[in-house]
Amino acid sequence: MSNPQDPLLSVRNLGVVYNTSQGPVHAVSNVSFDVRENEVFGIAGESGCGKSTLIKALLRLLAENGTATADRCTYRGRALMDMDEEDFRREILWQEISMVPQSAMASFNPVHRVGDQVIESIQAHRDDSRAQAMERAAELFDVVGLEPGLLKSYPHEFSGGMRQRAMIAMALSLDPGLIIMDEPTTGLDVLVQERILRRIREIRSELKSSIILITHDIAVIAEMSDRIAIMYGGEIMEQASAIDLFENPHHPYTLGLKNAFPSITTLGTELISIPGSPPTLVGPVQSCPFAPRCPFDDAICHSANPEAKEIAEGHIVRCAHSADAARFRELAKEKSTWLS
Amino acid sequence: MAVLELDRLSRQFELTPGFVERVIQRKKPSYIKAVERLSISIGENEILGIAGESGCGKSTTCTMVSGLLDPTEGDIRFRGNSILGLKGAAIKDYRRAVQMIFQDPYESLNPRFRIVDIVAEGPRALELWGADEIKRRSLAMLDAVGLPSGKYAERFPHELSGGERQRVGIASALVMEPEVIIADEPLSMLDVSIRAGILDLLREMQAERGFSSLYVSHDLSILGNVADRLLVMYLGQAMEIGPAEEVIRNPKHPYTKALIGAVPIPDPRSRREVPNIRGEISKPIDPPPGCRFAPRCPYANASCNETFIEMKTGDSSLHQAACHRLDEIANAGL
Repeated sequence: MSNPQDPLLSVRNLGVVYNTSQGPVHAVSNVSFDVRENEVFGIAGESGCGKSTLIKALLRLLAENGTATADRCTYRGRALMDMDEEDFRREILWQEISMVPQSAMASFNPVHRVGDQVIESIQAHRDDSRAQAMERAAELFDVVGLEPGLLKSYPHEFSGGMRQRAMIAMALSLDPGLIIMDEPTTGLDVLVQERILRRIREIRSELKSSIILITHDIAVIAEMSDRIAIMYGGEIMEQASAIDLFENPHHPYTLGLKNAFPSITTLGTELISIPGSPPTLVGPVQSCPFAPRCPFDDAICHSANPEAKEIAEGHIVRCAHSADAARFRELAKEKSTWLS
Repeated sequence: MAVLELDRLSRQFELTPGFVERVIQRKKPSYIKAVERLSISIGENEILGIAGESGCGKSTTCTMVSGLLDPTEGDIRFRGNSILGLKGAAIKDYRRAVQMIFQDPYESLNPRFRIVDIVAEGPRALELWGADEIKRRSLAMLDAVGLPSGKYAERFPHELSGGERQRVGIASALVMEPEVIIADEPLSMLDVSIRAGILDLLREMQAERGFSSLYVSHDLSILGNVADRLLVMYLGQAMEIGPAEEVIRNPKHPYTKALIGAVPIPDPRSRREVPNIRGEISKPIDPPPGCRFAPRCPYANASCNETFIEMKTGDSSLHQAACHRLDEIANAGL
């Protein structure tokens, strides 16, 4: 049916519009990307950039006032948007695409044992007996590094990191092809984060699942991802392999983010912030969303939203002046560039 | 002279057993040792960073320094005088001199106050100046933190972005003309692209106005960038202290090593040495007298559980670690 060379998930021109009392909000526009088999695809961006909305659109979890449209949105060749709601829930959701939500800390029901909740999710999709499901749950706990005996515990007996790992176990329960992790380590202490990231790497190499990793933490995404997309104002500004993106960045927003993010290996390097604040996305997008904060903007940037260009294999940039990237990279190192 | 001295500061919280356990089983209460024998001094214009995981006692320490919580043992001295038991004008002046910047700019501003009134609230409560002077200083303070008062003074918090709100938080601390600023995770709720701007503002204000800071964060990359000295805490005890860059580049204590090794690096080619620490962080309920990190430490031996090494105060350039086995670890090349 599907060719192994084909991407696992393929999205073209995905858009999400929320109807609000202030008019339509274009939370996500023109988003195109592929997730390949057995890869970690990172999506980085700040609050309000549309990264969570994008995921909700894929999983059909948008709020009532949200509408998603796409030229293409396929998982292993199946068009997700055209599927019947009931079929989608039975055949795709959790079975093929599962999710570790942002607030995994609060995602368990506090009055049921953790084990019962994992079993429930297995039995909802499979005709397993309770004993079979229990065995599977114990296996999964082992995979994420939790004692199987902890299945009998209640969520309040778990620490934040344990709950997060239990949530990952639950997302793995049906051997999905794709796991979406929305800020899986945000709010956890670094030693706990380290352990969870290590588990995620192991899961990826052992179980061959693909992972979409969403985070605002540039360091986590750099260490974990094969390819990275940088989102701003509802659009993907730049996407490339992790190494390309960090060593050969083209978009001014990518340059700005790199300047602003501290690294423990380069102490004493001055951090430079990007002045201004993100767009509100109300009304149609008629210019580059980053233009109001961009130090290199000109009339072209404010008159039309630039097309995405593939400047090298797999390296896609949405900037009218991507040809000037080398010059931008030099200028972006100077604080004065961003202040003027 | 040190602006602020913490002298063997300890704070424990009692955990009262339930009624049945207390009355019938005669169970004694247990104690959480949130902070234990913490000694440190903060110099004029110095930024002391405090790093550690949840439960390490960093917030309890800040609350005690701000005068909102009394220590169970030890002393806090401000310019040589103990702040414990201060009364009347003296406590009022201490409250002015020590100001806090809070973590969450969405929760810490009163939504029904206009921006100028939020900034003016402190001086009004302590009746620092006359009404006109307070208003004048508050407006000037807004200008100084990058919020032009003509545009922002009459607005309400919900009309401001997260970064702007944090600037209001900074303005309301600085308008009091503080001598010590306690900043508890002031950046963690803000977006990456605006964090550097807030850091710059804090630095600028410090250079201009001159105050000392206690800067608490779990983010070692930020602490390495702002702090002059760094204190690393674990479950209420000081593990390591020294000049910030020195501690991060050349950590001595096994815990500090693990903590620094766990910080992700924004470079896809980087390969960190992954720390090998077993177990989970616990709670310091009736702990053994020794090093709290010993149960998880790969180098711990029996003596680690028995005694705890207290750090020396005084020389602020000293790089010290509270570890019994420093020399052995260094000699073994571990």
